[in-house]
Amino acid sequence: MTLPAYNFAYLDEQTKRMIRRAILKAIAIPGYQVPFASREMPMPYGWGTGGVQVTASILGPDDVLKVIDQGADDTTNAVSIRAFFAKTAGVATTTRTAGATVIQTRHRIPETPLKAGQILVYQVPIPEPLRFLEPRETETRVMHGLEEYGLIQVKLYEDIARHGHIATTYAYPVKIEGRYVMDPSPIPKFDNPKMRNSPALQLFGAGREKRIYALPPFTEVVSLDFEDHPFSVQRFSQPCALCNATGVYLDEVVTDDRGGRMFVCSDTDHCETRQADGHRGPGLPQTQQEDAA
Amino acid sequence: MYVAVKGGEAAIEKAHRLLADRRRGERTVPALTPEQIVGQLSLAVDRVMAEGSLYDSELAAMAVRQARGDLIEAIFLLRAYRTTLARFGVSRPIDTAAMRIERRVSATYKDIPGGQLLGPTFDYTHRLIDPAMAEDLPVEEPARRPSSEETALRVTDILNSEGLIEPDARSESEPGDLTRDPVSFPAGRDLRLQALARGDEGFLLSLSYSTQRGYGRTHPFVGEVRIGLVDVEIDSPELGFAVKLGSIRVTECQMVSQFTGSAEEAPRFTRGYGLVFGQSERKAMAMSLVDRALRADEFDEQRLAPAQDEEFVLAHCDNVEATGFVEHLKLPHYVDFQAELDLLRQLRRESHPLQHEEETQEAAE
Amino acid sequence: MSDPILSVRDLERRYASFIGCTKVSFDVWPGEVVAIVGESGSGKTTLLNCISGRLERSSGSIRYRMRDNRFPDLAELSEAERRFLMRTDWGFVHQSPAEGLRMRVSAGANVGERLMAVGERHYGRIRETASEWLQRVEISPDRIDDQPVAFSGGMRQRLQIARNLVTHPRLIFMDEPTGGLDVSVQAKVLDLLRGLVTDMSLAVVIVTHDLAVARLLSQRIIVMKNGRIVETGLTDRVLDDPRHAYTQLLVASIPES
Repeated sequence: MTLPAYNFAYLDEQTKRMIRRAILKAIAIPGYQVPFASREMPMPYGWGTGGVQVTASILGPDDVLKVIDQGADDTTNAVSIRAFFAKTAGVATTTRTAGATVIQTRHRIPETPLKAGQILVYQVPIPEPLRFLEPRETETRVMHGLEEYGLIQVKLYEDIARHGHIATTYAYPVKIEGRYVMDPSPIPKFDNPKMRNSPALQLFGAGREKRIYALPPFTEVVSLDFEDHPFSVQRFSQPCALCNATGVYLDEVVTDDRGGRMFVCSDTDHCETRQADGHRGPGLPQTQQEDAA
Repeated sequence: MYVAVKGGEAAIEKAHRLLADRRRGERTVPALTPEQIVGQLSLAVDRVMAEGSLYDSELAAMAVRQARGDLIEAIFLLRAYRTTLARFGVSRPIDTAAMRIERRVSATYKDIPGGQLLGPTFDYTHRLIDPAMAEDLPVEEPARRPSSEETALRVTDILNSEGLIEPDARSESEPGDLTRDPVSFPAGRDLRLQALARGDEGFLLSLSYSTQRGYGRTHPFVGEVRIGLVDVEIDSPELGFAVKLGSIRVTECQMVSQFTGSAEEAPRFTRGYGLVFGQSERKAMAMSLVDRALRADEFDEQRLAPAQDEEFVLAHCDNVEATGFVEHLKLPHYVDFQAELDLLRQLRRESHPLQHEEETQEAAE
Repeated sequence: MSDPILSVRDLERRYASFIGCTKVSFDVWPGEVVAIVGESGSGKTTLLNCISGRLERSSGSIRYRMRDNRFPDLAELSEAERRFLMRTDWGFVHQSPAEGLRMRVSAGANVGERLMAVGERHYGRIRETASEWLQRVEISPDRIDDQPVAFSGGMRQRLQIARNLVTHPRLIFMDEPTGGLDVSVQAKVLDLLRGLVTDMSLAVVIVTHDLAVARLLSQRIIVMKNGRIVETGLTDRVLDDPRHAYTQLLVASIPES
């Protein structure tokens, strides 16, 4: 038997309209989780079905798509999602942050600042920032509705009491325009400041949990903290071993079985662009550092 | 020198090639056909159709084959395909009282109009692996009862004629559809039943079992389980009457449960309901037990057990959602892990500065 | 003060066919401690849960005097207002501390939670206040980072009290607050409660089956049986000169201490 051909970007137009309505509502109420009738997609839940549905609904034939996972374009899941849209929508794809109109991401925000007109689509596993404090949806919806956010502050208090620091390093909760507390998806807290006042539109899709939320351009995003224990981001003591970049997020790479480590950019496009521009990190062969150690 | 891992695309391509090879297996053995799967693994096909929410045995058989017999994977394939289908109409409710019955048993009455019909059941077989299964031996034709136009009254209708059981809830309102609209809690019985009908057989089986062991007891009796063919009809506005599209096989279970009453109403039995595509008694029975347990609020019962907790049951009964999220843990998480590593190192430095110093010294030596 | 802080009229709560409580009317004045006594099954806990907004009533009215002197029925308040009341102006001390505490969260955060819920965002100040309150309920401030699971029953109950009082509420509901404690520990908790109630001039509605607790803490008593009030009056009068046969039975069943 033959199966019928799929619509542009897989989803039928009815479904896309439904998702666009949810997106518009999400943009109108920044940080509010809009329920939507998530469809079963041809990739598993938890692998970006929310992001894929959002991307499928906003993609036009002229768009240029970039997909990253852990900051990299060539991780298997990113490859798989990029191939899905190349096949079902026939859109152009790129690995260049600057050249993309739509960027779907899992766990990172690109280092290259986003511009007006670009859309960043986040894949979200658990959209509810209060979920691990209160498992019930009926309860957390009321908490958001009534702005009852004491409990999340309790969690931060406990971190400091126990560790001397707020011990949340990723999926660090943020407050949007002084109203909704939002889960930024599991990006490292290093990326939190990039969300604030971004000229790009930021959309968040959670397929399994059936929620969409959004940050319109130039939205106020504040990471929760205490006055006397302010929010701070990770700092790395060395630059990228390949492109010498500082102030970027680095992956730790185990280089041998004798405890050898090196730190390289998590954002592969950023790293490659810098290398092409002539930046050389200490991990590249012409330096003697490795031999000397 | 370090080179970042590349070539995800090529790796995926090769992995898929290997998968196709393993799926096909030994090439000298003939490939399975969908007809063989539909005919000889029909209960697997039924489960895939039921939990895939799509009644198409041929597609389900293809999915079973493509999934190498992994039924949750096959259900997932069918669900993803279902997403792409346009909805051209809504059928009339099926009438299970008019079912062409293949099996029908009641545990509440010894004899009932229409009779007890065992049908194609595993019950009363001894579970001994049959050496005949290693070969293709001839199989006897089944005995058939003379066909009759008589329909079998449902046991709940018998009880209802005396007013001993809550009647069918009649409603003209459109039932919800959780595949088209997001669910909000409390969900209502229509959406609950839909979720249970699509829900994972194993999950519902265990939950229903837990109600029998005291976690939300409902004192159940199988009023009736029936399996057979029912007609699917669709209203045709042009013609002004309903048109039959075809027949589907379904399994229905009516569980008669503990009675309730109030100042205003005389006591009577309550019901749990199960209905699934194809032949699946286990699933239909489990569904009816969980349905009844979930109605705790309606009858002012205390909600303490997991099976009575609508949000818990509905949020976790879908195996496509569950398998996706459990299995996504194997995707790379190294950005977040890096953040945790950093923090952990910092905390260790701060909590035992001396020890840390020693360690670094040792490492340097 | 001449106006009641809480006023209950013709309250009824049914469970399907049977009655939890019915025809209940009484007032509570600011700073007054009212004890509701009766055997288990008398409807006293149902009554407490209804007036504290934890259980829906079937009929009747419950009015509360707000800080701005409004006197609305609780049903007229929005969910937001009701919840705000519950975490600022009211307290609820459960018989089992596990119900009223977060057992896996430190003592400091247990006390600090209400402060954070009303917007306090200074870690140092929250800790300071929590520490003061721990001292007030006779828990060593050294234990501020320990979880209640590591506490004795009496300490847990005192922690629950501190957690409730940190926002300086005006009305406290208590459900058998010493019910789960050894007799020796009970005395200490009761003593502490009596002191705090007087110092903070709290209005309290306390449910207990223990007439000794009622005598020690309350000024007025409501005796319940089968979901109805059978006798009410000043505590000393009711206990020394019970008029209803049921109250006489209750009083007679306590061994003289």
